[in-house]
Amino acid sequence: MDLTPHLPALQVVVPMLAAPLIVLLKPRGLAWAGATAVAMLSFCIAIAMTIDVLHGRIFTYQMGGWAAPYGIELSVDAFSAVLLLVVTGAGALGMLAAHASVDKQIELERQPLFYSAWLLALAGLIGIVVAADAFNIFVFMEISSLASYVLIAGGPDRRALPSVFKYLIMGTIGATFYLIGVGLVYMMTGTLNLADMEVRIQEVTDLNPVLVAAGFITIGLALKAAVFPLHVWLPNAYTHAPHMVTVFLAACGTKVAIYVLIRFDFLVFQTALPGHSTQFASFLMPLAILGIVVASAVAVFEGHLKRLLGTSSVAQIGYIVLGASFLSAAGLSASVTHIFNHALAKGGLFLAVACLACHYRDLRLSQLRGAAKTMPWTAAALVICGLSLIGVPGTAGFISKWLLINAAMAQDNYSVLLVAVILLSSLMAVVYVWRIVETLYFTSSDNLATADSTASVREAPLPLLLVTWLVALANIGFGFFPQLPISLSNGAAGVLLGQLP
Amino acid sequence: MELLGYFVFAVLLMIGLYAVISKVNLVKKLIGLSIFQSAVFLMYITMDKVEGGTAPIIVKGMPEQIYSNPLPQVLILTAIVVGVSTLSLGLAIVVRINESYGTIEEDEILDAD
Repeated sequence: MDLTPHLPALQVVVPMLAAPLIVLLKPRGLAWAGATAVAMLSFCIAIAMTIDVLHGRIFTYQMGGWAAPYGIELSVDAFSAVLLLVVTGAGALGMLAAHASVDKQIELERQPLFYSAWLLALAGLIGIVVAADAFNIFVFMEISSLASYVLIAGGPDRRALPSVFKYLIMGTIGATFYLIGVGLVYMMTGTLNLADMEVRIQEVTDLNPVLVAAGFITIGLALKAAVFPLHVWLPNAYTHAPHMVTVFLAACGTKVAIYVLIRFDFLVFQTALPGHSTQFASFLMPLAILGIVVASAVAVFEGHLKRLLGTSSVAQIGYIVLGASFLSAAGLSASVTHIFNHALAKGGLFLAVACLACHYRDLRLSQLRGAAKTMPWTAAALVICGLSLIGVPGTAGFISKWLLINAAMAQDNYSVLLVAVILLSSLMAVVYVWRIVETLYFTSSDNLATADSTASVREAPLPLLLVTWLVALANIGFGFFPQLPISLSNGAAGVLLGQLP
Repeated sequence: MELLGYFVFAVLLMIGLYAVISKVNLVKKLIGLSIFQSAVFLMYITMDKVEGGTAPIIVKGMPEQIYSNPLPQVLILTAIVVGVSTLSLGLAIVVRINESYGTIEEDEILDAD
């Protein structure tokens, strides 16, 4: 039996059905093994689909055999393939590395529940990416959000609780705004299927509700995606979450919301609303620029390692939105490449943080002095990913920054200003990454308060360290051989702009 | 009559959002959030009502009738489930906040750390 046509459905169904079963695996380590196997399987499914997508195939799947506008449709094209790789990759590699770190942070009897929530979050994020109708996107968004609230609150740090409460409030408001928008569009078009909506929305003569819908959907998804200034939930949630959860969510959590934002706006609204594309650009571009500059500046003065990296994530989201607001194929392609590359860089950085956390309880920079002496391999991996975050040539981050600068140069207005912003924020990234490097390598650990930092090499557990290095090397690999993300991103830009006049 | 539903939707939405933003008590915030979500349910329910329409149950032998649109009701059934689970998770978090901080007032929690 050929399973290939069923891959889009299996991609969601496998982790979702496995999640409740994992809860039953009580014996020590078994839940982790089972969940890792499932996450790896969904990573393999994503790779299999990406290979087909690279050969020009677009998957569409009718759930239960009901035809598209009435039944529920799943679809995977180049844009979805990039996100699927990022989401399943982060889910699977994070899970593979998680065991030692989770053992330290989560009590043994709650571990099966933790892994089960992880798989549910994974299934929800995958569902958002493959779903081809607006309402299923909402349902999957809430599945992934609820599971990630549980994951973030699952750790031993009590400060995670108020942070996650704030995230829950803001996330729910965002999702409800999206629901209002979808309702208004449904009211005007009578359909929920995105492809069908794209056609039917042209026939709607009274565009006011659609205009309002565009506003609600953009704001709602921007909240979920932590676009500046709607990002206030993000730094605290990332800082106090269990370390492996931060790896998973920082790599893919917000990017999926950006995916929906870009897809909805480019495919549905920009084709229907006259002048909407310029409104979209002139609304999001200033926010993106402010986000890049302000968040980078805040990161420069941040003293806690995890919060520093979380704040820098807000700036990186700014790059992704900035690329999309160029409205050009080059800009979109840079955006999508940056989604991929930033996931690699930030995932690697947080993995290295998880390694550090194995021996350092307190992750404030002042407590991490001289950590490179005790954990040389971890520190080296952290530096490589940090270089990729800055965008140094030879790393993945350079590719997307280069594409973004090229796209900015091609803009008619303000191109010099845009390039200046990108360069300025890259310089700020140099500063905050340098602060980490300086702390790890060039300050001596004379601080006796941290008993752990005494001399001899004590590395993180091997699986965690190996995965960290795998991701760090991938940062270099995709810096020299960027064909895969670039060709997918070009495909994605084609999909998004195909319908524009 | 139909516009009344939308009017109530807008008013409830704003009441809910106001409560979420202005209240410092976490349970009151959640009540606001619940009102906010319920308002959206009302919007969907109002939208599916067709003037003079009846429940969409087709009985053999009965004359053709105007039916209301059943789809938004089905959608909102799902959204209600989502709303209930969000609310219960929120309350569970509030319980844990109370256990570890001994208060559910936002300003006191901020002072505690």
